[in-house]
Amino acid sequence: MRGFREIVVISGKGGTGKTSVCAAFAALARKAVVCDLDVDVPDLHIVLSPTPRETHDFLGGNKAVIDQQACVQCGQCRELCRFGAVLERDGSFEVDTLACEGCGVCQTLCPQQAIAFPEALCGTWSVSATRFGTLVHAQLVPGQENSGKLVQVLKTRAREEAEKEGASILLCDGSPGIGCPVIASLSGASLACAVVEPTLSGLHDFQRVAGVCRQFRIPVAVIVNRADLNPEAAGEFRKLCSREGHAFLGEIPFDPAFPQACVQGLAVTERDGPCQRRIRQIWDRLLALDPAALRGQRQGPLLKPLS
Amino acid sequence: MRIAIASGKGGAGKTCVAASLSRVWPRPRIAVDADVEAPNLHIFLQPVLDAPEPWHLAVPAGLTSACTACGACRDICRYSAIARFGKKIKLFPDMCHGCGGCFAVCPEQALTEGKRELGSVARGKAAFGVPYIEGATRVGEVMTPPLLRRLLACAGEMAQANARAQGAEPDLICDCPPGVSCPAVTAARHAQALVMVADPTPFGFHDFTLAWQAFSQLPLKLGCVINRAAMPGNAGGDERVRAFCRERGLPVLAELPFEREAALAYSQGRLLADISPAWRQRFEELAARMLEAFRNCDQAGCLDKGGRHARLS
Repeated sequence: MRGFREIVVISGKGGTGKTSVCAAFAALARKAVVCDLDVDVPDLHIVLSPTPRETHDFLGGNKAVIDQQACVQCGQCRELCRFGAVLERDGSFEVDTLACEGCGVCQTLCPQQAIAFPEALCGTWSVSATRFGTLVHAQLVPGQENSGKLVQVLKTRAREEAEKEGASILLCDGSPGIGCPVIASLSGASLACAVVEPTLSGLHDFQRVAGVCRQFRIPVAVIVNRADLNPEAAGEFRKLCSREGHAFLGEIPFDPAFPQACVQGLAVTERDGPCQRRIRQIWDRLLALDPAALRGQRQGPLLKPLS
Repeated sequence: MRIAIASGKGGAGKTCVAASLSRVWPRPRIAVDADVEAPNLHIFLQPVLDAPEPWHLAVPAGLTSACTACGACRDICRYSAIARFGKKIKLFPDMCHGCGGCFAVCPEQALTEGKRELGSVARGKAAFGVPYIEGATRVGEVMTPPLLRRLLACAGEMAQANARAQGAEPDLICDCPPGVSCPAVTAARHAQALVMVADPTPFGFHDFTLAWQAFSQLPLKLGCVINRAAMPGNAGGDERVRAFCRERGLPVLAELPFEREAALAYSQGRLLADISPAWRQRFEELAARMLEAFRNCDQAGCLDKGGRHARLS
């Protein structure tokens, strides 16, 4: 063991098995804090059955509200809003809450001070006890935004928990894609562990998320899930890893043990079997990696300069 | 008619359904890939593309000598894109959300505008001749919705141009981003009808219920497609999705069976509608059911609760 490390499980494409693999690792890990950073559609709690020790509201995403009594219909807010969120209807102005970015420009500059800017309840987050240790997790209110900020809140708290408990590993389940929540998840991580599927879509999306990791100088380790579905595509991942300097951790074959465990609310590694042994091997390899050495291999550019 | 194909969970089968629907749809249509962070529709439609058009966010890029470091720009910025160190203003354009507040408040007009590339939009034609448009975020870019709005506006323009040329306005079949927050909602709210693709596993069902909570708030007609139905040992999972739909009056438009053959075809980037007559028929039936369920939803006043529909272009 080489000191504390923060591992973020990512994929690019959704539905590749991030959460199942993450749960399987959580069951194998000793002295780990687990964190579900897929705050938009979190699923880890389904397997980990957490008992919350504490729960907090997540406030954020202020939204502009125009006081119709005070408004003199000057229309400046509509002129200023770059998100097209101020609508004019029959001579009066109102804010389209879903389009409002929460920048507060209209509120600050309204000559009548007729715009309020209340904070909205965007979700809740908890620190919970599970049979595998502490889980820090959240639920964004469906349709709400600011998932990146909530990810930051969770990470900060999970790091504190890890330090308090003397945990050597912070294991984070990430979200699909390459946007705001993913970038927030990766910030400060020691290692990104990509769970990928052997499909052309999986290959395409992995390359995009690996590009994000490169920009932020985060080393990448790859696990091909359901590898036997398309061995040729699985082989492509192996080649890609050696070409790009990612660590190839191994393949997990399609195994009904995964969906069965999920239906029972178990991590697949809580039972024994060939697939479980394979995952244990991969986990050991993951722990044996030296992120610093991997990082040294990468020659990627820093953030692209602005035009 | 503007149709969104969405889901809560990633990997539920959105792209698979959107691709095959674009293939068999019985009316003029445009295939739109709005999953701009992880666009995959092109893998299945093999489009010939025009040069991608980059789309930018206007951000503060520099300061002229007129700057007095008064800090007004820093005070209005909610995104930590502007800081003041002593008597110097420092800009972090990567953090900017493009609200324009700093330009509006600067008493000296000392900020100069620059551009940050958000990604690009590309138009083209699918291998089977259907018009196609996609967006792709720049790798490393944090903001997804502005590019998405640009893409949807372009898709609307494309539909109108096609309508002028051919008489009938084509339907938009739009492959959406996963999840239930900003990107998915941005794409969904530009649609008039939305198909939720449900994955009947425990994770999939949970995310499906979240998706229902998000999308049922929008003025949209909704329908559901159960993907990977009849998976061995998962009859309970299928029934749970059906019961949820029954209780909420959500029509189940199709149940697509789990088949290893289909999964392999998907992995190779093949269209399910083309792998066998049985699969083609499934998508033709789905298209017919959608047209029935979403009938008139593009008519003025059909669903219009607050004029949101009319704002695509």
